[in-house]
Amino acid sequence: MAIFLTKDSKVIVQGMTGSEGMKHTTRMLASGTDIVGGVNPRKAGEQVEFAERTVPVYGTVADAVAATGADVSVVFVPPAFTKAAVIEAVDAGMPLVVIITEGVPVKDTAEFFAYAQSKGTRLIGPNCPGLITPGESNVGITPANITGPGRIGLVSKSGTLTYQMMFELRDLGFSTCVGIGGDPVIGTTHIDCLEAFENDPDTAAIVMIGEIGGDAEERAAAYIKDNVTKPVVGYVAGFEAPEGKTMGHAGAIVSGSLGTAQAKKEALEAAGVRVGKTPSETARLMREILTANA
Amino acid sequence: MDLFEYQARDLFEKHGVPVLPGIVATTPAEARAAAEKLGGVTVVKAQVKVGGRGKAGGVKVAKNPDDAQAAAEAILGMDIKGHTVHRVMIAAGAAIAEEFYFSLLLDRAERRYLAMCSVEGGMDIEQLAVERPDALARVAVDPLVGIDEAKAAEIVAAAGFSDELAGPVGDVLQKLWVVYRDEDATLVEVNPLVRTEDGSIIALDGKVTIDENAGFRQPEHEALEDKEAADPLEAKAKALDLNYVKLDGSVGIIGNGAGLVMSTLDVVAYAGEGFGGQKPANFLDIGGGASAAVMANGLDVILNDPQVKSVFVNVFGGITSCIEVANGIVGALETLGDEASKPLVVRLDGNAVEEGREILAAANHPLVTIVDTMDGAAAKAAELAAAAA
Repeated sequence: MAIFLTKDSKVIVQGMTGSEGMKHTTRMLASGTDIVGGVNPRKAGEQVEFAERTVPVYGTVADAVAATGADVSVVFVPPAFTKAAVIEAVDAGMPLVVIITEGVPVKDTAEFFAYAQSKGTRLIGPNCPGLITPGESNVGITPANITGPGRIGLVSKSGTLTYQMMFELRDLGFSTCVGIGGDPVIGTTHIDCLEAFENDPDTAAIVMIGEIGGDAEERAAAYIKDNVTKPVVGYVAGFEAPEGKTMGHAGAIVSGSLGTAQAKKEALEAAGVRVGKTPSETARLMREILTANA
Repeated sequence: MDLFEYQARDLFEKHGVPVLPGIVATTPAEARAAAEKLGGVTVVKAQVKVGGRGKAGGVKVAKNPDDAQAAAEAILGMDIKGHTVHRVMIAAGAAIAEEFYFSLLLDRAERRYLAMCSVEGGMDIEQLAVERPDALARVAVDPLVGIDEAKAAEIVAAAGFSDELAGPVGDVLQKLWVVYRDEDATLVEVNPLVRTEDGSIIALDGKVTIDENAGFRQPEHEALEDKEAADPLEAKAKALDLNYVKLDGSVGIIGNGAGLVMSTLDVVAYAGEGFGGQKPANFLDIGGGASAAVMANGLDVILNDPQVKSVFVNVFGGITSCIEVANGIVGALETLGDEASKPLVVRLDGNAVEEGREILAAANHPLVTIVDTMDGAAAKAAELAAAAA
């Protein structure tokens, strides 16, 4: 069953005809995603040929939804146009919008998040790799060939750490892997994913990857303590990150004593989460849990 | 990006927030001229992006231009918590009757904005928040609405301003919202916001953080960047469009993806415990889909860091192809020739890993060691750094 995304998800791509959009639409189709349309107001009515199928381009998200019944939109448009693209998707009644774009001003994200929340649209991202339900559907830029379906749920702020963890546990496989993104404001949080994995019968255990900045991991730890019965293994990156410096993710910045990797690790451990010192050790902890439960 | 106080003052003034006249000086003579121009009592304030400058002696009252010159002499060049003072602001003096506090910032957890306000200003607000949380009003601000008249009234009421002050303070809060919105700020803080003896409400000291992601629509923000503070290697990396942060250790790091690179720093420090405490020398994220040229630029920056004794290249090829990474390494080593004298440990996985490893094996460069796992490669890099130290 997985979370947020299944083989039945019908996906449109906003910004499909741009270079990133074309590259990743090709990859998503190759991994089995049911892409039913692209959106570009200047190319409405055109058809784009891919190896798997011909994908029609619509002028608006509303037109695409009306014609295809799409229920997921993935956004590849540049930062200056991302807010308008997300608001258009929300207005078209899209239940899930996945925003891959990096470098969106946080004011725009705060505004389109508030808007989406008021209309009941779930956002994932921005500045994220998207999500994959291996063997069923892949929305975003996650490589589909790392691993197959299994019973581990994965939620992570970081794209490459997601890939690394999928790789470490590739023989066991995953229900869904969600890259929630590293920006200060994100549409879907660790807690949202933990709740969904807890309720997903196909997920047996959860890996949660966090990093310095903010208090999302501490909040997730409190949530796990009270609400999650499935085993959770954690990893936190950024022990060596200096205070006050941004390390790539706009959200990954430590100010004062809050948000340090150590504080996050301790909070998770206090909630009964086993936290690995390295990605490989984290994978070993998960392997132990699944082997013991098997 | 955090701004200096004088830059915040200028932004406040631009959007109609009441501020006092202030002039920036980089020499005592300039400070004297500024005090002469302003006339009367002035305050000479160190311009550093760190709190606690008052306690450190970075703020001095000057009764006349002689005093201002002497104060600037004392303050310029001072070290405040590791920040050297290159500039002072000479601000007009004010007869302060009361001090208040206001800030508007991004509330990451609630994914909206948060206004904080207190009728007790001028002090350490973090201390106030801990010791007497009731004295600090916290009011949620909807990003789609901002601080309009009604929200301003709500904030000043929550903070406990008198009826007499509620109107004028509320007006200033609405103007500070305009600064926040129109400048793409993630923090606007005024501490203290003051009432002067003649009844004016004035933002006496301001802190502003602006969102660098908004640079495409804020062309004036580029000029606010503090170029002299940047480390020379960081400046070089920035010119090459690399995401680089200089650290103090001996193991140079190159990886792809912010999370994986942060993790690499940790894994190296962890492995380094076994080799005399070797630590990472830098953060360098060559990003998704990195080309051979980007890899070569990254190596060029890192190999020019005299603190670097070994280099760890840690790439998981998601979109990035290991072929590109391997070609980048081989190409960079060819270009650098004899200048490249530090050992490289390379760990590749993911997209086209076999081909990438083959390219490296075929090049058979004496400085390059291929290790299969991230933990193993980190240990090897730490060992080599320890051996070279």
